Amino acid sequence: MSSAGIRTAPAGQAASVAALETAAGRLPGYGRLTRIALIGNPNSGKTSLFNQLTGLNQKVGNFPGVTVDRKTGISQLTPQHRAEIIDLPGTYSLYPKSLDEKVITDLLYDRGSAQYPDFVVVTADASNLRRNLLLFTQLADLGLPAVLALNMMDVAEQHGISIDLAELQQELGVPVIPMNARKGIGVAALKIVMAQQLDAPGVSFYEPEPELLPMIRQIRYYFNLHNDYLALHYAHQFRHISFLTPDDKAYIAELVAKYAFEPTARQAQETIARYNHINELLLNVVSVTRTEKAEPYSNRIDKVLTHRVWGYLIFMAVLFLLFQAVFAWASYPMELIDQGVAWINSLIQTNFDGPLISLLTEGILAGLGGVLIFIPQIALLFAFIAVLEETGYMARVTFMMDRIMRKFGLNGKSVVPLISGMACAVPAIMSARTIENRKDRLITIFVTPLMSCSARIPVYTVLIGLVVPDQPVLGIFNLRGVALMGLYLLGFVSAVGSAWAMKLLMRTTERSYFIMEFPVYRWPRWKNVGLTIVEKVKAFVFQAGKVIMAISVILWVLASYGPGQAMEQAETRARNTAISQALTPAETESRVASQKLESSYAGRFGHLIEPAIRPLGFDWKIGISLLTSFAAREVFVGTMSTIYSVGQDANELTVQQKLAAEKDENGQPFFTPARSASLLVFYVFAMQCMSTLAATYRETKGWRWPILQLVYMTGLAYLASLLVYQVLK
Amino acid sequence: MPTPILTPETAARRSVKDLQLGESGTICCLKDPEMALKLLEMGCIPGTQVRLNSRAPLGCPITLVVGEAADYTLSLRVSEAATILLKE
Repeated sequence: MSSAGIRTAPAGQAASVAALETAAGRLPGYGRLTRIALIGNPNSGKTSLFNQLTGLNQKVGNFPGVTVDRKTGISQLTPQHRAEIIDLPGTYSLYPKSLDEKVITDLLYDRGSAQYPDFVVVTADASNLRRNLLLFTQLADLGLPAVLALNMMDVAEQHGISIDLAELQQELGVPVIPMNARKGIGVAALKIVMAQQLDAPGVSFYEPEPELLPMIRQIRYYFNLHNDYLALHYAHQFRHISFLTPDDKAYIAELVAKYAFEPTARQAQETIARYNHINELLLNVVSVTRTEKAEPYSNRIDKVLTHRVWGYLIFMAVLFLLFQAVFAWASYPMELIDQGVAWINSLIQTNFDGPLISLLTEGILAGLGGVLIFIPQIALLFAFIAVLEETGYMARVTFMMDRIMRKFGLNGKSVVPLISGMACAVPAIMSARTIENRKDRLITIFVTPLMSCSARIPVYTVLIGLVVPDQPVLGIFNLRGVALMGLYLLGFVSAVGSAWAMKLLMRTTERSYFIMEFPVYRWPRWKNVGLTIVEKVKAFVFQAGKVIMAISVILWVLASYGPGQAMEQAETRARNTAISQALTPAETESRVASQKLESSYAGRFGHLIEPAIRPLGFDWKIGISLLTSFAAREVFVGTMSTIYSVGQDANELTVQQKLAAEKDENGQPFFTPARSASLLVFYVFAMQCMSTLAATYRETKGWRWPILQLVYMTGLAYLASLLVYQVLK
Repeated sequence: MPTPILTPETAARRSVKDLQLGESGTICCLKDPEMALKLLEMGCIPGTQVRLNSRAPLGCPITLVVGEAADYTLSLRVSEAATILLKE
């Protein structure tokens, strides 16, 4: 048999195998799913379409190396055919402007990748077809099979725009499906098309200039690319393509230098050429029959909502409502979760005993409770944010606040995380996701925990009550109230100041633009709001939750175990003292708990760091509380009551009395104004919240930022406390 | 090397920044090459008509209506608007 013969026979087989594979790919459970990428301009209804196609079958994962969530979902296209849909970030073109948009090019340039989509669904706003087609023509020229989901047909109709669909389909060379994704119109038709075998469009919208061809062809053949346009993109973006090796990049760099390729000018030229082509194409497709010259309703609403007086008043009212929701409304379900976990814990503890039970109740269940407790706040905050985003109001917030916030290195949208941070930094940090610019987002995430959150209130209350006299100031204010407000202000000023410092220090290769579409006002789609809430809660529970659980268990070990026989000896000692002093059983238990905590690893830690915190006026007892309140700041009060053997059920007032009675070695009150002020300042600044760190970890996709945050805030707290104590003492 | 977006005598021209509220102008060229890429993608092609639609309460940013058929509304900072030069 000749070698040619050997080659032809398997080729025939290969064809049938390929056919079988395609068929298998179409059946659930067999082979792989059809992989479809969803791509489109921001505000083109991409999210609505994704939600319509996948419903609750959504999964949030990571793109490597960037902070964008990788949202995928499974769509049942036909009873036999399921597809995996990946939702790509909204973009205006295939030339990424931000690190986050890079995930698009990384996915679409690498044909060999297992993630490479079988085809793309491009969403386009029918009321603004010209700008939306730019991205489509680029995708088509990459040779990707595509479907155009012509969305927002209702808006186009309102604007008097009529579109000749048959002509458009002819011109674009791909199926065009008219839709209104918000209402689900056209989704069925789209699914039918998506279930077909799609070919690459046979139409070309832009040919690279002939003088570029020598360079393009060399790149094309070197990397074995399927078309010239992709090779041109390699020339433009090789530095940022993550799958190219340094040698590959060096090769392209050499060619680019050799042919004196000017990326900026060429890209401008291409964009203009594409727009010219699109304008021509649309002449036969779109006709505008608008007669009414009335001002668009969005403009009329904006006259009030972005008014120099009403605009800010309304925005403040919105923020107040949002704050109320996260601060007050969320407290009811949180209380229920808290009681529920406590109830399960006591149920287990009364029926079982032993170290494993203690691990289960005080370590694991306490950690789980610590994760679940945030769900109401996250759900409520994101319900608000989703509505603000969906209606288009968020764009107005940015519009009104940009000038003020920009001075501090923040973004107009940073207002929402900062205000939410006064209730709780965890949902607040998650809400920074709406800030598109990476640097602005990182700065916002970094400084948000400096805003005084509700978990600091018990600490503030106990310590202020201890040293600030309950007396009126200027007739109408209470001195304690003024002190509390001062602490909140201190937090706010430090957040804004830190943001400003970071703006100066942080280097960025990414240029920050404000240039964005100003969307028209629309009613929110409740399905989108609901799915946003589900997505955020899931992301928190499964990604930040595991960090919280782990730290919770570690803290439990530190507080429950001591080196060698230390714990047992402490207990025996405490019980002997109790017998000799004839204490009641309750007093005995408090004494035992106190002695055991002192002998535990946490107690050792307190003693160990005492030399370091002595200049701040703290002793080892406060040292233990600093460690344990890492679980949550309000734990400070509980730990203090255990150390001072106040008993389990102590309220803030009894803890306060106990602290007030504490004497130092000279018999003077231990909690002097200087010491208390130092401790208060420490709590304003210190990053003592594992949940916040977990949220930062989840939002920045790495440990770098949470660790920086921990070091910076703890350092700031240490220095501030040192200053306060040394000046006041 | 063709550079259709840039002109040498850029200083004398009016820019979008100088438009009065409600006033329209036609884009002649874009001054900042890098920002030009972003503006071009957003449809601010030389020859396109833009109208100053509104200013934020503090004077910046502003919104523009892009296109003769009022395609869509774009918001941008005054410093960015200053790079969009208008035809006489």
